[in-house]
Amino acid sequence: MNLLRTVDLRKQFGQTRACNGLDFVINKGEFLSLVGSNGAGKTTLVNLISAHLQPDSGQILLEDRDITFTTVAERIAAGIARSFQIVNLFDGLSAFDNVALSVFSRDGKTVKMARLADHDRDVRRETLDVLGQFGLASKAAAPAGSLAQGERKLLDVAVAYALRPRLLLLDEPTSGVSTHEKAQIMDTVSSVVRGGIVTAVVIEHDMDVVFRYSDRIVMMHEGSFLADGTPDEIRANRDVANILLGAPLTA
Amino acid sequence: MTTITDQAPRERALPRVALAAVAILLALAVIPSFTALYQVQLLTYGLIAAIAALGFNLLLGYTGLLSFGHSAYFGVGAYTVALVVAHLGLRSMEEYLLIGIPVVAITSAIFGYICVRHTRIFFGILTLAISQVLYSLALKLYWVTGGSDGLRVPRPTLFLGLLNFSGSHGFQLFVRSYYYYVLGIFVVCVVLMWVIVHSPFGKALQAIRDNEVRARFIGLRIRRFRWIAFLVSGTFTGVAGILWVPLNGLTTPEVLYWTFSGEIVFTALLGGFRNFAGPIVGGIAFTYLKTYAVATTEYWQLLLGVVLVTLVLVLPTGIVGAISRAGQWFGRRNAVT
Repeated sequence: MNLLRTVDLRKQFGQTRACNGLDFVINKGEFLSLVGSNGAGKTTLVNLISAHLQPDSGQILLEDRDITFTTVAERIAAGIARSFQIVNLFDGLSAFDNVALSVFSRDGKTVKMARLADHDRDVRRETLDVLGQFGLASKAAAPAGSLAQGERKLLDVAVAYALRPRLLLLDEPTSGVSTHEKAQIMDTVSSVVRGGIVTAVVIEHDMDVVFRYSDRIVMMHEGSFLADGTPDEIRANRDVANILLGAPLTA
Repeated sequence: MTTITDQAPRERALPRVALAAVAILLALAVIPSFTALYQVQLLTYGLIAAIAALGFNLLLGYTGLLSFGHSAYFGVGAYTVALVVAHLGLRSMEEYLLIGIPVVAITSAIFGYICVRHTRIFFGILTLAISQVLYSLALKLYWVTGGSDGLRVPRPTLFLGLLNFSGSHGFQLFVRSYYYYVLGIFVVCVVLMWVIVHSPFGKALQAIRDNEVRARFIGLRIRRFRWIAFLVSGTFTGVAGILWVPLNGLTTPEVLYWTFSGEIVFTALLGGFRNFAGPIVGGIAFTYLKTYAVATTEYWQLLLGVVLVTLVLVLPTGIVGAISRAGQWFGRRNAVT
């Protein structure tokens, strides 16, 4: 059963075809990795699905409902959340508030003006829960701008995750973080996917991480799909090896 | 930063903030018993400026929008009272507030709706342009607004006519009573604003200020939030205008002119726009600064200009920012020794 699919999705920047007629299918409950060299169109695809960009043509369907022309807010309400390759946080606010805002927003509580944010026990409990899951409990009070790079990356994913999406799009969640933190991010994401709550699409360059966590790997090259399969199938695919390593493998 | 929210320390810190607030409030309550009438009057102007700056800073400090036209809302408040006096013959302060607040709120809502379509300098220019339109109208429509002579506003009664100031000592009695009246409204405004900036709505504004893109991607409808912030901000500044005009006894187009908007910006910078208390301290400090600058020299604008430049260079976080930094520094030193 597919959660989301695109039909002949196209996006062009000048002469560059970043998405060249993509028919992309995301199955419910899978952990899908998008791989490919820089400029392959991975981020563009995620930007299109999350409404950060509008496609030139084509359709995006969420459970067969056309969402091509819906706004960012509508897509989030429909259960599509994303994190960013370059960390995007509320630097003046604490780590706690960064996550709490997602919870407030999801519950439609950001309109409340006559009530102190810190007095909402449900939101507080859930926020501390999420921070704990991402190993950030001890940093709750620190301004996001003061956190170390790895922690900021974790928090960036936590902010998206706290929206409790059905589809979680992560753009290079492990770039620039330590091996230990990589495992923390990926373990957390994969555990919620295994719990059947979330479907995850992850853009990732670290092939060790990709092969270890993915149910399915989709390889992009110059705006098109080059390969699509399980980690074992991809490992055996010669084209993939050529692209990834830049040279043909000699068996 | 004003926005750090450690959960546990916050709950411990809250009584300390409340204690400090009560101490300051007590001090403000007893000051008139020890000072001359003129000082009471000045302090009233200071509290009114603080309310205006408090409203302004919801946009600058918390939403990240620099309005260069807040004189519009102050002026609309003042002129509404003057017109109510002239045409409806009302004399009660409560009636002024009751009519004035909806008028400034509606004005802020309409102007805000136009202005929040843009951000940064474009936002600033739009707010400036709209306020200048009002200034021109106040100047040109002299049969309504009295032109450059402005409109007179007699001393109102307080508490639905319970306090009347028409006798021989009317003026002194009015100034002293009005001080407490303004102090009361000031306290209400401060508490309201404190709750607003610490509410989920206030946090969302700060999120928008810090990172608009991410704010959009946690589902916040940015423009709507900015619009409501504008409405609240303009209304607070408008309340200041309503309170100001009976004390001044007269409103002229100057309160709509862009230099007055500049003074509101100055006020927030002086106190520190990154602090909740900044505009409050700034409002009172600026009132005294300007009054004494005007009394000292003909070139008072030059003097204020020097203060502004010094401020930007030496105390970029304003008075309150500098004090809180000094406090942290002493705190660390004490912790070490």
